[in-house]
Amino acid sequence: MRVALFLTCVNDTLYPDTGRAVVKLLTRLGVDVDFPMDQTCCGQAHYNTGYRHQAEPLARKFSDVFGGYEAIVTPSGSCGAMVRELYPRMGERARAEGRGDTLARTLAPVVPKTYELTEFLVDVLGVTDVGAYYPHKVTYHPTCHGLRGLGLGERPRRLLQAVKGLELVELPGAEECCGFGGTFAVKNPDVSAAMGRDKVRSAESTGAEVLCAADNSCLMHIGGTMARLRTGMRPVHIAEILASTEEEPLV
Amino acid sequence: MSGTFVGMPAFPKAAHEAVHNATLRGNLRHATHTIRAKREKAVLEVSDWAELREAGKRIKDHTLRHLDRYLVQLEESVTAAGGTVHWAADADEANRIVTYLVKATGETEVVKVKSMATQEIGLNEALEAEGIRAYETDLAELIVQLGKDRPSHILVPAIHRNRGEIRDIFAKEMSEWGRPAPDGLTDTPAELAEAARLHLREKFLRAKVGISGANFMVADTGTLVVVESEGNGRMCLTLPETLISVVGIEKIVPTWQDLEVFLQTLPRSSTAERMNPYTSMWTGTTDSGTADGPSTFHLVLIDNGRTDTLADEVGRQALRCIRCSACLNVCPVYERAGGHAYGSVYPGPIGAILSPQLRGTGSEIDASLPYASSLCGACYEVCPVAIDIPEVLVHLRERVAQGGQVTEKGAKVVLKPAKGHAAERAAMRAAGWAFTHPAALRTGQRLASRTRRFHPRTLPGPGMAWSASRALPTLPAEPFRDWWQRTNGGRTEQGVADGGRADGGHADGRPSPSGRDGGGRANGEWAGGGEDSGK
Repeated sequence: MRVALFLTCVNDTLYPDTGRAVVKLLTRLGVDVDFPMDQTCCGQAHYNTGYRHQAEPLARKFSDVFGGYEAIVTPSGSCGAMVRELYPRMGERARAEGRGDTLARTLAPVVPKTYELTEFLVDVLGVTDVGAYYPHKVTYHPTCHGLRGLGLGERPRRLLQAVKGLELVELPGAEECCGFGGTFAVKNPDVSAAMGRDKVRSAESTGAEVLCAADNSCLMHIGGTMARLRTGMRPVHIAEILASTEEEPLV
Repeated sequence: MSGTFVGMPAFPKAAHEAVHNATLRGNLRHATHTIRAKREKAVLEVSDWAELREAGKRIKDHTLRHLDRYLVQLEESVTAAGGTVHWAADADEANRIVTYLVKATGETEVVKVKSMATQEIGLNEALEAEGIRAYETDLAELIVQLGKDRPSHILVPAIHRNRGEIRDIFAKEMSEWGRPAPDGLTDTPAELAEAARLHLREKFLRAKVGISGANFMVADTGTLVVVESEGNGRMCLTLPETLISVVGIEKIVPTWQDLEVFLQTLPRSSTAERMNPYTSMWTGTTDSGTADGPSTFHLVLIDNGRTDTLADEVGRQALRCIRCSACLNVCPVYERAGGHAYGSVYPGPIGAILSPQLRGTGSEIDASLPYASSLCGACYEVCPVAIDIPEVLVHLRERVAQGGQVTEKGAKVVLKPAKGHAAERAAMRAAGWAFTHPAALRTGQRLASRTRRFHPRTLPGPGMAWSASRALPTLPAEPFRDWWQRTNGGRTEQGVADGGRADGGHADGRPSPSGRDGGGRANGEWAGGGEDSGK
């Protein structure tokens, strides 16, 4: 199966380790991964901040770059939800504005074949034990767009539970937003920071060493808060845990 | 809307105060988490909840689509049952009508059932200006009124108060309004309730005029419905001779059968009860000689921005709202910011999409409300009429940031983009350009990575909003795309690992697979040199 890695602009620029982990993991599972070099950004920040029309060229570009692959895999719940939930909506809005079906038709092919990483592993590859080894105490934070947008449900937890050496502990109030919210984090910094602190405090209460999530934007906010609060906990993307093996462990 | 909220600062500023008020945070956290858990339990009991939610959505959508027809039908039914229907285009007109109707009775005081519509139009203040005293009889509204406070929640307007604060308000203020609080009042719920009961009872028995809102109006029969928990509503609806109900035009349902859906979803969503203790329904007037209920009934139907909202095909779903407040109770932003920060009688997620539509986005507070959300989607998930609040928020952000066509007082107008978004617009344009020009993006990424040692740990200006509470992520030595190209997709990683990627770990606490130990592990995909070796 020829699969494209849609890494996202945030991961490409700030978190290449997550990208390398996805490549390593999928390659180990026998998937032929490609990284189309022309990929940039799905347009989520534009769309959610109220710049839908500026997000449209990015969406068209996305469709252009990824349209030819059998599957598109992304290690980001929110960027995955952007394509799956909001691309169809962008098409509908363009139609409602009297601009015809062109945008909807252009975007339609990429929508059903875009998968968030854990969805791709569990639903498409049909694996929950990916042969990973990670001897740490971990708590999992389900990020909002993965949880409520894509409906990832128990998939990430099932994957983590199958990791050798990993002790998974429940995060109290797991389903509450961490307070990142894209531009919300800077437009409403007080509320965002208060939500982040509460999330970090409940993560600390589990006694875990690592807070795991499937979205680096949320982890950037949570991790940044952890560093300021000097908790000693670390944020780690789920791809990096699943990529870690006994032979080549993630420290 | 209500004059009490005029001149409110933008949401972030108002929220700043609330976030740092420990008592308020404690009160809100306790109250919202308690009701949140109860609601979930009450909803899980119902096996066909998803179907009820869908039915509620469809009934409301159908009614809104044919609102012109149902409003006329309602007027005919109410008139046939002995009531009088009045139409108010806005708050001022509604207040004038109600004031006139009260004055015509010769009375100078009225008792009130808890009502969002009368708060929306600022009725109490309008009556006060004409020498008429309006007594709130709902316990929480009484607390707010006595405390010269503002409501901060749709269902529990005094949610921001704890028992100790309520005791103090009762002890100090009740005597100003009527029967004083008993001596030695403590903060036990039973004593507080008894004090309120005694204080209110004399008002119920004396009042000749009652004022209410309504949860539903049945077009078919002209029946109005109020659901409540305390019985004060029943008193106000049955004891006074004259009843004036002020209701938004979107509160119609076509038939009694439609109530079956909402009388299941509303109590479970709002108070987490299977059924609310008091459901009062009345149809026109009753013969005062033989039955309980008013002998004179006026229905004041208010528009106040609703028709304009209905004209917007994304925003109109906000009119499905049945004011259950489940979205407030589950909202992490509401929990931290409190209701007052929303600058409206409609706080929380629903307020953030209702107020800027009913009032327009012209004021500072209304232009800031669409951004008062992390778009986490918890509100949409619990909404019993499936209002996609995040969708409307984003739609209204577009209206604020970009301007565009809206309907104001029935006329199509084109809004200019709001002030204060120029820098953001420029940044979005620049980012949009870079993201459609991958080569330029790559140059930027590389430049940022190469200069990463010189990046500050905190940011000046607007960036301080991030770095004041959160460490900045450290830029990696190279973006992923450079690694991909250099190693041929990881296939030649082994050969260059030692001198390849180097990463000193992230300031945000992330581990560095390449090792903080300065490259202890040699080969392998995760191996790497020491800090910036080979770069």
